[in-house]
Amino acid sequence: MIHYRWNFAPVWDNLDVLAVGALGTLQLFAICAALGLSLGLFVGWVRYSGSKLPSLLAISFIEFFRNTPVLVQILWFYYALPLLINVDIKPMMAAILGISLNSAAFSAEIYRGGIQSIEKGQWEGAKALGMTLSQALRRVVFPQAFRRMLPALTNRMIEIFKMTTLASAVAYVELLQQGKLLSSLNFNPIETYTVVAIVFFLCLLPLVQATYFLERRLGRSDQ
Amino acid sequence: MKSHTPPALLKLTNLKKSFQSMEILSGIDLEVMPGDRIAILGASGSGKSTLLRCINLLEFPSSGSIALDGQLLGKATTSTATRTYGQAELPLIRQRIGMVFQQFNLFPHMTAGENVMEGLCTVKGWGKPQARTKAEEELERVGLQDKFEAYPSRLSGGQKQRVAIARALAMEPELLLFDEPTSALDPELVGEVLRTIRQLAQEGRTMLLVTHEIGFAYHFANRVLFLADGVIYEQGTPEDVLKNPKKEKTQTFLARHREFNF
Amino acid sequence: MHVWNFQPVWAHADLLVLGLANTLKVTAAALFFGMPLGLTLALMRLSQAKVFKWPSSLVIEVFRTTPPLVQLFWFFFALPILVNVEMTPYIAAVLTFSIQSAAFFAEVFRAGIESVEKGQREAGQALGMKPAQVMTRVVLPQAIKRMIPAFLERAIELMKTTTLVATVSYADLLFQTNEVAQKTFRPLEVFTVTALIYFSVIFVASKIVNHLEHKFAITGEGTVR
Repeated sequence: MIHYRWNFAPVWDNLDVLAVGALGTLQLFAICAALGLSLGLFVGWVRYSGSKLPSLLAISFIEFFRNTPVLVQILWFYYALPLLINVDIKPMMAAILGISLNSAAFSAEIYRGGIQSIEKGQWEGAKALGMTLSQALRRVVFPQAFRRMLPALTNRMIEIFKMTTLASAVAYVELLQQGKLLSSLNFNPIETYTVVAIVFFLCLLPLVQATYFLERRLGRSDQ
Repeated sequence: MKSHTPPALLKLTNLKKSFQSMEILSGIDLEVMPGDRIAILGASGSGKSTLLRCINLLEFPSSGSIALDGQLLGKATTSTATRTYGQAELPLIRQRIGMVFQQFNLFPHMTAGENVMEGLCTVKGWGKPQARTKAEEELERVGLQDKFEAYPSRLSGGQKQRVAIARALAMEPELLLFDEPTSALDPELVGEVLRTIRQLAQEGRTMLLVTHEIGFAYHFANRVLFLADGVIYEQGTPEDVLKNPKKEKTQTFLARHREFNF
Repeated sequence: MHVWNFQPVWAHADLLVLGLANTLKVTAAALFFGMPLGLTLALMRLSQAKVFKWPSSLVIEVFRTTPPLVQLFWFFFALPILVNVEMTPYIAAVLTFSIQSAAFFAEVFRAGIESVEKGQREAGQALGMKPAQVMTRVVLPQAIKRMIPAFLERAIELMKTTTLVATVSYADLLFQTNEVAQKTFRPLEVFTVTALIYFSVIFVASKIVNHLEHKFAITGEGTVR
């Protein structure tokens, strides 16, 4: 049934093209992961800060960015935002905005889940010693919660890595985008996309294995 | 003079069981005759549960043999001591042996009545009406006929265990195994389960009971086994083993359980 | 300052509605095929036989460890040449997302099955049930109840993931949004409306799932029959 003759030569000849894309992927991933996970901490903090309005804003932010597809978010930032604020948004910026804000919303919920999983007794022990809420959080609760959050956080990082491929929809130069380029130039989608898939697989495998390992040691990673 | 002795219902010959590098059972030889009521005692880790679980093949013996009604279970291998147990024969063997677990293991997604019916319908292929009648009988035997429609989550521990007993009885097993049936119960619920077991004993059923309830063992059993060092360390009538233990470990064990009541 | 004008968007509302319908169509199809496939993969992975365990593990790992868009492109551009078949965006979409969601469902199934206590299995065996009977009469009924929240969450995830089909020109909501934006030159309004449509559908679905999770948690006991 399969009579196709595989020919990887055009792919090997153009590895540099793919390498440029891989670099773009890694760059985008690093920025979005860093921004997303740290912004999420801030958003999570605001959500539980106690004051009505900021808390409400944080909740709206979280609900909106969790419940809309990230591709829609990226495209909105690319096509819609420029018209709103009269500033040109480059593909990379649109991707960063979409993926980071999306990840921030999910991260905020991970942090919440982790903190809420710590028994009340820990808080009470800290307060009984005379700690303020902030000290209790920093010294007692968060260190314990962080361990429980690790599987979900590494899972989120895996998702962010996968999301970088969506930047190809706005022609940002990442690995999949370069794959599209090559496959249409050389008319060899099979080899090109297979190589692209394998590269992604190899990049993500360590993260996935790390998540399995952490899940086994520390508990589930459902968000 | 030739006496016609019926074959033992259950015969264990040099049964051994190891888990990884630890040998739990080091050679058990046992004959169980129909109507025997055998209490099995021993310290934690002495292999009492393992022994029971080997009999209905929830664990496979590492070596040695089991014969049910004179018929050896499993197939012989090239090594004379070990036997292998095939997937196909396991359900057939287990249908003939009933087991009551320490944790009851009732199916939570079925009512008490459905739990008792389950083996009859799924394993023995009975029709629902027949199975239901039988289930009602068995629940009545354990005094829970009005709990037929109740889900296990609505029952007390003692009631759950009695339903578990009814479930095992419904299969009309040749042999009943009880693996510490009251150990997971609150003290005030232990009595109802022990009463049910005693009633079964009076009906002449063949039973092996692993238990910590020494007082009950004294009244219930016609033979007591004390397990230690992976073998049947001491064996005899309740009078002998429980009141006048001859060997040191048995004596030490019983001394630690002084608070029982004969 | 931008002047909002939604009028052109409403004029093309029918295109957007068509898009939404197609989004739901793809999601439903992927779920329809993905669930039984996921169960099959899970059972294969749990079996002792290498001939089942390894292929299923491979499929599950590959589809969980590669980006969905790469999978979609592969199925849409590469597969038709490889096996010499006609490929439409819809088929590529359903194929990709069925297998992809199956890979995730497989893990949910596996976790659910493994979460049923050993004692339940033993009780079934002690009654003389064959392994298949233990699975269907005792383990699966209990496992499925526990898995329902995870499934529903995965289903909602799927609704978001299917937006990717717009990149292979399947006329889902996102694709139609682009079309309408190009027709009306009002990308801001159109994309905002689309974002709000997605939000409404997914948010409501999420809340329903949360509510159901609470219901299942509280009653605990369920009539699985």
